[in-house]
Amino acid sequence: MSTALEAQLVVKEYPVGAGKVTAVDEASFSLQPGEFVALVGPSGSGKTTMLAILAALLTPTSGSIIIDGQDLAQMSQKERTRFRRRKIGFTFQSNNLVSYLTALENVELLLRLNGEFNAAGKKRARDLLVLLGMEERMNSLPRQLSGGQQQRVAIARSLINQPTLVLADEPTASLDTERAFQVVETLATLVHKQNRAGIMVTHDLRMVEFADRIIHMLDGRVERIITPQDDLSCLADPGECRLIPDDVLGFEQPGV
Amino acid sequence: MSTAVHLALKEILRNRGRFLLFSMVVALITVLVLFIAALGEGLGSGNREYIEKLNADLIAYQDTARLSIAASRVDCTTRRAIRAVEGVRDVGPIGFSSASIPMDDREPQDVSLIGVEPGKPGEPPVLRGAGLLRSSADEAIIDRTVALMTRLRVGDQLVIRTTQGNEYEFYTLQVVGITDSRKYSIRPSVFVPIVTWDKIRPKAVAGPGEDDPACNVIAVQLEDPAQIDAMRQLLQARVSRIEAVDRQTAYENTPGYTEQQSTLATQNAFAILIGVLVIGGFFQIQTLQKVPQIGMLKAIGTPNSTVAVAAIVQIIAVTLVGIAIGGLAAWGLSLGLPPNIPIVFELRTGVTALVSLLLTGPIGGLVSVRYSLRVEPLTALGLGS
Repeated sequence: MSTALEAQLVVKEYPVGAGKVTAVDEASFSLQPGEFVALVGPSGSGKTTMLAILAALLTPTSGSIIIDGQDLAQMSQKERTRFRRRKIGFTFQSNNLVSYLTALENVELLLRLNGEFNAAGKKRARDLLVLLGMEERMNSLPRQLSGGQQQRVAIARSLINQPTLVLADEPTASLDTERAFQVVETLATLVHKQNRAGIMVTHDLRMVEFADRIIHMLDGRVERIITPQDDLSCLADPGECRLIPDDVLGFEQPGV
Repeated sequence: MSTAVHLALKEILRNRGRFLLFSMVVALITVLVLFIAALGEGLGSGNREYIEKLNADLIAYQDTARLSIAASRVDCTTRRAIRAVEGVRDVGPIGFSSASIPMDDREPQDVSLIGVEPGKPGEPPVLRGAGLLRSSADEAIIDRTVALMTRLRVGDQLVIRTTQGNEYEFYTLQVVGITDSRKYSIRPSVFVPIVTWDKIRPKAVAGPGEDDPACNVIAVQLEDPAQIDAMRQLLQARVSRIEAVDRQTAYENTPGYTEQQSTLATQNAFAILIGVLVIGGFFQIQTLQKVPQIGMLKAIGTPNSTVAVAAIVQIIAVTLVGIAIGGLAAWGLSLGLPPNIPIVFELRTGVTALVSLLLTGPIGGLVSVRYSLRVEPLTALGLGS
């Protein structure tokens, strides 16, 4: 099975005055198709910057990102934009949907952008919304939907183009606990079922139970990669963590 | 339908109230611009219409009058001298003054009283009835506006009131013909034979008038109108104490004409400038409100070109709808205006105003389009540059 995502020694530095700040420091990991990973860490740990780099929205200072065998560093800005709409599915924390498009039109938007707005595409969009329990709300505008329903529409949109990689940035941030669990469970289930690679950035450690692996970032580095079955207390208190053997990680841990 | 057009139209459709409100603002600006243009055309036409339509190639003034019709006096000898120059087909004296027509139930209707020689340059063609017969006949040709205001028809009696000395005098003339609109000095016109004109025109001392009266200017028809410049110079060389000019120069030298037209053109330019700023402001505010959404659209792979085209389509649609509503409103309002109001919707000036307004949308919206192109997709993740 080919690797869906491979991040190698990714570094992102920002100039600040005469010096620089390292937001991501030699981060390396990989994901296989059908794998759902949680990217966790405290504020300022570099997880959102890492997500932006994986999404081809930010260019790393060094290191490489290879998605579906294609190196993002070799792409022009235009190619990255095209790559994003074809190979990457997005769910954001907020402002997920186009406010003046219905749930169905929001999902179909990706089909239009990719020139796949045909009968097969339209059926796929409807089927996805039905699968997500949105059959009664397909023609509702975002303002007529609850937060959880909006996230489900966003999940449908992120999967409509059968992407290699699905990225979710704090998808449960604005939801109550019950809806947050439902949304993450749905996302994880679909990633597994449709054999996509999924990464969810979250600060809510309760959500990691649906992940196959957990990438813990601290001060820009991948501090450790563990599974939900491991002792998770280290995520809250990194000093107490035990190290995980390399064979669990999918890629050699740098600096561990 | 392209994705950009789809996005643009869906947003308009689902926010009809907001976009319609803005189209109404554009409509009001359109009404303003069209009315200023029509007022400019109406006032300009009211000043120049008779001279512009004059069946003559050159107009000869007294040389010391500095092209002021009111100050110019040309006598019979000069008229004959002009007629004698080779290349001149015909000449006609024209006298200008003002008068009024008493109305039963309203204020008197002010008119320009224009004296012309029957059958000579200066006499307007008639749409109904016949031309003037004799130089001293008590008859008149009225223009269409006078006919509309007074409801006079061919064969009716027309009463003209002028001031003679310190008294009003009333003269009864027979309407023999009706011509098209021929305003002069912002007033509709009544044309009378030149001797009759000299008799009834306002005078400081009442008198019967002369058999061969002096007039203000001479209308000159040429054998070959293409030789207008050469003939103008020839006339001025052969006939002493005259200055001859073409019709356009004549009406442009009407007192206040150029100043009036430039004032109205400035007002129109400012109205269009306001349009640019209002449209620009509206779309800029809308773009600022949509920054997170534009960021999200770009993050999921929407090209910049789609974002830009969607914005431009909206700007054009809003401007077009506003101009259509404003154009119809201006046209509807103009139907209710009385004929003596100097508002004239002329195709050329109307089209020029509408095209200028059409450009205000894209020009005004350029800043917001540029701004939306600069929104970074990173804003979708709460990250900025």
